[in-house]
Amino acid sequence: MSRVRRKAAAVFAVAAVLAVSACSSNTPTTTSTNSGAATKNVQVFTWWAAGGEKAGLDGMISVFKKDCSQYTFVNAAVAGGGGDKAKTLLANNLKAGNAPSSFQAHAGGELSDYIANGQVEDITSLFKAAGLDSAFPKTLVDQITVAGKIYSVPADIHRANMVWVNPVVLKKANIDPKKAPATVKDWIADLAKLKAAGVATPLVLSKGFAEEMLLESTLLGDLGVEKFNGLYDGSTKWDGADVTAALGDFKALVSYSNTDRETMDWDAAMSKYLMPTDVATATGGYQLMGDWVPAQLLSLKVPDSAYTYWPAPGTDGVYQWLSDSFTLPKGGTNAAGAQCWLKVVGSADGQKAFNLVKGSIPARSDATSAGYPAYQQWAMTQWKSSKLAPSLAHGSAGPGAWNNDVQTAMSAFSANPDVASLQKTLAAAAAKYSNWRSTLG
Amino acid sequence: MAGGRLGLAARHTSPPVEARKRADGVKRKMRSVRTWGPGLLLVSPSILLIGFFVYGLIGWSANISTTNQNSRFERAPGTSPDAHIGLGNYTALFTDPAFIQSLKHLGILAAVYIAGALFFGMLWALLLEKGVRAEGLFRTVYLFPMAVSMFASGVVWNWLLNSDTGKSASGLNQLFDMVGLGFLKSHWWVASPTWGIAAIAMPAIWQLSGYIMALFLAGFRGIPAELREAARIDGASEYQLYRHVLFPQLSPIALSALIILGHMSLKMFDIIMAISGEKNVYTNVPMVTMWTLTGQQDFARAAAVAMILLVLVALLVVPYLVYNARQEKNS
Repeated sequence: MSRVRRKAAAVFAVAAVLAVSACSSNTPTTTSTNSGAATKNVQVFTWWAAGGEKAGLDGMISVFKKDCSQYTFVNAAVAGGGGDKAKTLLANNLKAGNAPSSFQAHAGGELSDYIANGQVEDITSLFKAAGLDSAFPKTLVDQITVAGKIYSVPADIHRANMVWVNPVVLKKANIDPKKAPATVKDWIADLAKLKAAGVATPLVLSKGFAEEMLLESTLLGDLGVEKFNGLYDGSTKWDGADVTAALGDFKALVSYSNTDRETMDWDAAMSKYLMPTDVATATGGYQLMGDWVPAQLLSLKVPDSAYTYWPAPGTDGVYQWLSDSFTLPKGGTNAAGAQCWLKVVGSADGQKAFNLVKGSIPARSDATSAGYPAYQQWAMTQWKSSKLAPSLAHGSAGPGAWNNDVQTAMSAFSANPDVASLQKTLAAAAAKYSNWRSTLG
Repeated sequence: MAGGRLGLAARHTSPPVEARKRADGVKRKMRSVRTWGPGLLLVSPSILLIGFFVYGLIGWSANISTTNQNSRFERAPGTSPDAHIGLGNYTALFTDPAFIQSLKHLGILAAVYIAGALFFGMLWALLLEKGVRAEGLFRTVYLFPMAVSMFASGVVWNWLLNSDTGKSASGLNQLFDMVGLGFLKSHWWVASPTWGIAAIAMPAIWQLSGYIMALFLAGFRGIPAELREAARIDGASEYQLYRHVLFPQLSPIALSALIILGHMSLKMFDIIMAISGEKNVYTNVPMVTMWTLTGQQDFARAAAVAMILLVLVALLVVPYLVYNARQEKNS
């Protein structure tokens, strides 16, 4: 009996030790793929795990399978709102030396975090060899170039400064839903009219980045595109009187919004106020949100005749862009396969397969709008004719830490709408981060 | 003593006998190896695992928290990320008003959560202990929330704790309106950047009270019936019976419950992320700060937050362990 027990104990101990060694050898096996069949795998990390985003990624994967048939695509998508969870996981993986073949990152300022930590390769030569420097608009190439180098290939373009309108609600105050107010001040006047007409929530607002987007659109509308862009490179002062005035407008806008803005995300707020299942019960007039809205409404079976849209007041002719892009990580698995993937990402075929279903537009200016849904066709003509402004809320204007500070300031402002203290916080954040380009030198 | 006698015996005995004695000694040693050997073999994997994955990694984190592995905006220009900067990250945290605020939040959350869960757990245990019909059913109902993942229930509580108190109120506020208790409507966690965090304790209390009830109920059931009988014979009223006979017997359980709730409240993360998320001034606690910092690749400061939390938990748990060890020695 006791011998049996002893044997069992010994077997258990050996098994446990094996388990330990298996655990510890786990990390190396996933990173060292320099030998054998593993080199065929191209592991791509994204936060596109559901809906139109996943469908778009699948479209691009099918182009990859055709153009890069010598490689096998490994989808390493991580679910979770706007990539917050994926980004934290990615930060840990990169820190642990466990880089994928390529990963998704917002083009522009947010990418600078990876550049500063030496986690991504300079791909300028690949970019030029594939002719992307002439295929993309010059201002876009300028805004994603850091100290003369390019680190990622943009896959799509979204627009942040868009307002979505419920015509049924606007009718209550006889406001033309197709005509955008010329300035922020005019918009505030319309909001007051709606309020007076008994509309409970003239402006639909939601937490975090949505409040930040409203702030940025207000600044863009009031300051104009040159001064606005200067906010992110230090040439426009955040503590100036013009910013104070814009923050005053922002305060007025917030005062017309729903009080539960801090407890919901934009899609929940849209379903509750702007576009409920029964549109006749809608209590919200406007919602400022990026142009991923049509894809969302399509999935909720809202016809595009049920809403109108225009660029945020005062920002007509300016495309506040954000872009998902792909990188070549340092020490990533299968660099050759990853370069093939990056070429697909930048190619006309790849961008079409991706953007057609995702609801965004190709970054290439040679894309033809035929076959795209109505909003995207309009957006593509706008993309070609507009001036460009970046977005902090979506990573094109500055590093992630700056964005985090501003979002936290938004929640503080929502609790206590004090313009002076908001401006002080914003100026302090800018003092800390607006030199982000020079920290990359 | 024993060795001396052996030596004495060896002098007078012939070599084979001596060899046998020596063999006996080896056997005895073998036997003692046999008694503790398998035991050690059995626990050695967990000693190795805990040694590396718990204590080893605590040491690792402690080391990282004293380095310069911050985001480039926090690092002095021209310094290496691997340079040790002593307690610099700790001073930076303790001079940051947002971090001080998050510690205050943690205190409020812990206090409300512990008091609430103890109160409801005790109340339900008392009700069940007094004898109700279908006790099994009630026990299951009270214990059931524990079976739900904190994150899943957090998603639901995010809807329930909607802060809208007007016409379009939803969740709990809507419920209050429907049953004519409109005066109870609240903005919940967005009511105040200081005290709003207390609302987050509500779902946590809902989730854990059943467990505390089970602890207390087991305690009540463990008290021998003779004690109650003796007290009743001595003429104790029902109140006196509980106050002087039963409750004192439950104090070790109350202490365990306190420790369990205390360390859980310090580590509360999933429910906060599901209800209110990160990057806001209302429900920011150190665990959430740690998450946000990691996402910004601010590893050193995130590790410093982890060490501060570890110390807080240790302040709670170590005295309890010492107390327990002492109790065991006494008994």
